[in-house]
Amino acid sequence: MHIMKFLGVAVAGLAFGLSAALAGTTLDGVRSRGVVTCAVNTGLAGFAMPDHEGNYQGLDADTCRAIAAAVFGDARKAKFVPATAQQRFTLLQTGEVDVLVRNTTWTLLRDTENGFNFAPVTYYDGQGFLVAKKLDVKGARDLDGATVCVQPGTTTELNLADYFRSNHMSFKPLVIEKLDEVENAFFSGRCDAYTTDRSGLAATRAAKAPDPEDYVILPEIISKEPLAPAVRHGDDEWFDIVKWTVFAMIGAEEKGITSANVDDMAKSDDPEVKRMLGTSPGMGKALHLDDRWAYAVIKQVGNYGEVFERNVGARSPLKLARGLNALWTQGGLMYAMPFR
Amino acid sequence: MKAGAARALRWTRVNLFSTPLNAALTLFIAYLAVRLLPGTVGWAVLRASLTAADDRACAASGGACWAFILDWSRFILFGRFPYAQQWRPAIVLVIFAALLLASFSRLLPGRWLALAWAGGLGAVALLMWGGVLGMPYVDTALWNGLPLTLILAAGGLGISFPLALLLALGRRSSLPAVRTLSIVYIEGARGVPFIAWLFLMLVLLPLFLPPGVAIAKLWRAEIAFALFIAAYLAEVVRGGLQAIPRGQYEAADALGLGYLHKTALVILPQALAVTIPAQVNTFIGAFKDTALISIVGLFDLLQDTNTALNDPAWRMAYVEGYVFVGAVYFVFCYSMSLYSRRLERRLGRERR
Repeated sequence: MHIMKFLGVAVAGLAFGLSAALAGTTLDGVRSRGVVTCAVNTGLAGFAMPDHEGNYQGLDADTCRAIAAAVFGDARKAKFVPATAQQRFTLLQTGEVDVLVRNTTWTLLRDTENGFNFAPVTYYDGQGFLVAKKLDVKGARDLDGATVCVQPGTTTELNLADYFRSNHMSFKPLVIEKLDEVENAFFSGRCDAYTTDRSGLAATRAAKAPDPEDYVILPEIISKEPLAPAVRHGDDEWFDIVKWTVFAMIGAEEKGITSANVDDMAKSDDPEVKRMLGTSPGMGKALHLDDRWAYAVIKQVGNYGEVFERNVGARSPLKLARGLNALWTQGGLMYAMPFR
Repeated sequence: MKAGAARALRWTRVNLFSTPLNAALTLFIAYLAVRLLPGTVGWAVLRASLTAADDRACAASGGACWAFILDWSRFILFGRFPYAQQWRPAIVLVIFAALLLASFSRLLPGRWLALAWAGGLGAVALLMWGGVLGMPYVDTALWNGLPLTLILAAGGLGISFPLALLLALGRRSSLPAVRTLSIVYIEGARGVPFIAWLFLMLVLLPLFLPPGVAIAKLWRAEIAFALFIAAYLAEVVRGGLQAIPRGQYEAADALGLGYLHKTALVILPQALAVTIPAQVNTFIGAFKDTALISIVGLFDLLQDTNTALNDPAWRMAYVEGYVFVGAVYFVFCYSMSLYSRRLERRLGRERR
C-alpha cells in the first residue's frame, strides 16, 4: 500500500518535473502548434462523442472549442485526443494534451497529488436512482428492501452501500458488469431501481425505456460528481485562460448574450458586457489574449445555456433538466466571477 | 434421373449413415439445423431492417438492425479520418484486398509478389499520410477503423518475422551471450500479457521519454505488437529448427557451406516449411490481438463500432455491431487459413 502510494507520487512528481522542464509556457506551446489539444472521452453521448463525420460533439468538446476560440479566435483550432479512464491523467501530466476535459470529477487528491488545477465546474453530476413510475416510489427513502441494479468496480457501488447503511435501510444489489445488460435487467423488471450518475440515468431512460414517460429519476442525489476541465500545476497563465473561458460562457448567459445576438450586445451600454466583449479594452490583455476573446467564444460556441441545451438538454436526445446546472439566479450553481 | 437418385441415396448411406454413431450425429445436426436455421435466417435476413431510423423502429420489425451498420458505416470503417478525404483509406482497403487476392491466387511468382507487397504498403503509407500530390497531411491519430487494423497487423507481422528468425537462431546459437539475450527476450516478452505491454508502451513510456520527445500512439502500439508477436513466432521457428534431422546440418557442413549459407539455403527453408500451420496459427491469433488496442484508446474497427454504439439512437444494436465486426475478422482470418493450406500443399509437393 505504502509502496503503491510512493510510486504514484514518484510518477506524478517525475511527470511534473518533466512538464515543468518543457520549454516555454503552455500558451506559447499552444500558439506555436496552432491548436489547443484536449483529452476527451472516447465516446460518451452528450459530453464527447464523434458524429457521423467523425467530429467530436458534446459539452466537453464544446468547452475545448471555446478555449480554442478564446486563444485563436477560431473554435475550429481544437484538437481532440480520445482518452480512456486510465490514460487521461498521464496525457495531461506528460504534456501530450493542454487541457483534460473528459467528464472528470474534481477531487482533493487529483487537485493536489496528481498535480492538476481544476477550472470551474462545467457539469454538476451526482449519483441517483431510476425507478418505474408504477412502483409509486416518491423518494429514495422508500427503497428499503429494494433490489438495486448497479455496475461493479466504480465508486457507484460503494456510494450505494454507504447511502443505505447511513439511512439504516436494507437492499439487495444486482451487480452486472456490462452497461447493456444492467439496463436490460432493469427494464425487464429484475430490479426495482437502477443507480448510476444522473446524466447516465437520463441517457438510459432516453435510449432504452420502452416508454420514457413510465420512468422517473428520484430527486435524491447520493454522491457529488462535479465535472470540471483540468490543467497542469505550475502554469497560472494557462489556468487563468481555461478558467475564464468557462466563466465567459456562464457570464454570457447571465447577461443574456447568445451566439445570435452577440453582435448587437457588443453595442450595449452595460459596462460589464462592454468589458466582456472587448468593446472596452483591458480584459483580454490581462489574460494575454486578444480583447475580443470572449466575443469569439460566444459567437462561435455560444453561452453556457446554449451549449447545455444543444448537447445534453431539451434539444438533445438526453433531455436532461438544468437542475444544479441552472444559473444561480434560477436555483442552480452556475455563477460567473465578475468581469472587471 | 433414376440413376442419379440411386447414387444420391448411396452417397447418403455411405457418408451420413455408415455407422450407428454417424447416423445419430447426422440426425442431431439435422435437428439443430431445423431448430436454429429458420430463426437465424428470419432474424438476419427476412425480418432485418435496413432503413429504420433508430433501434426502436428496428425492434418493431423484430429482426436484425443492419440499419445501424449502414447509418454509421463510414465511421465504423474509417473513424475520424477527415470525412472529405475518406476515399484515401477506401483505396487502402482495395489495395489490401488486391494484395491478399494476389497472394492467394498465385497470379504472381514469389519475387514479384514480394515486390507487390512492398509497393502496395508504400502506396498505403502515401495515401494515409498525404502531404503530397495535393492530399492534405493526416495525423496518425486519425488513422482509424479497418485500415488501422490492417496496417497494425501487416506492419506487426512484417517487423516481427525477421526479428523472430534472428531470435530463434540466437536461442540455438553456441555463443552464450547471444543465446542468453535471446532467451531473456523471448521469456520476458511471453511471460507478460500483451495488454500489460500495451499499457507500458502507451501509458508509462511517455513518462520516461525526454521532454519534447513524443512518439505517436500508433507507433508505440505497433512496436509493442511486433515485439510481442516476435517472441511467439521465434518459438515456432525454433520448433522447426529442432525438427530438421541432424543429417541435414552434417550434409551442409560436408558441402563446405559456412553458417550463413547453411542456415539460409538448407536449414531455414525446411524449418519454415514444416512450421507453416503453427506460423499461421500465430498470425491469426496476432491479427485478432490487434483488437486489444481499443482498450488503450486507439480507434480500430472494434473501438469505432463501440463508439458508434454510444449513439443514443442505436444503443440496442450492439448484437448487430459485434456480428458485423466478427464477420470482418472472420473473412481475414479464414483467408489467411486458406492461403496457408494452399502453401502447405505446394511446399509438400515440392518436398516429396
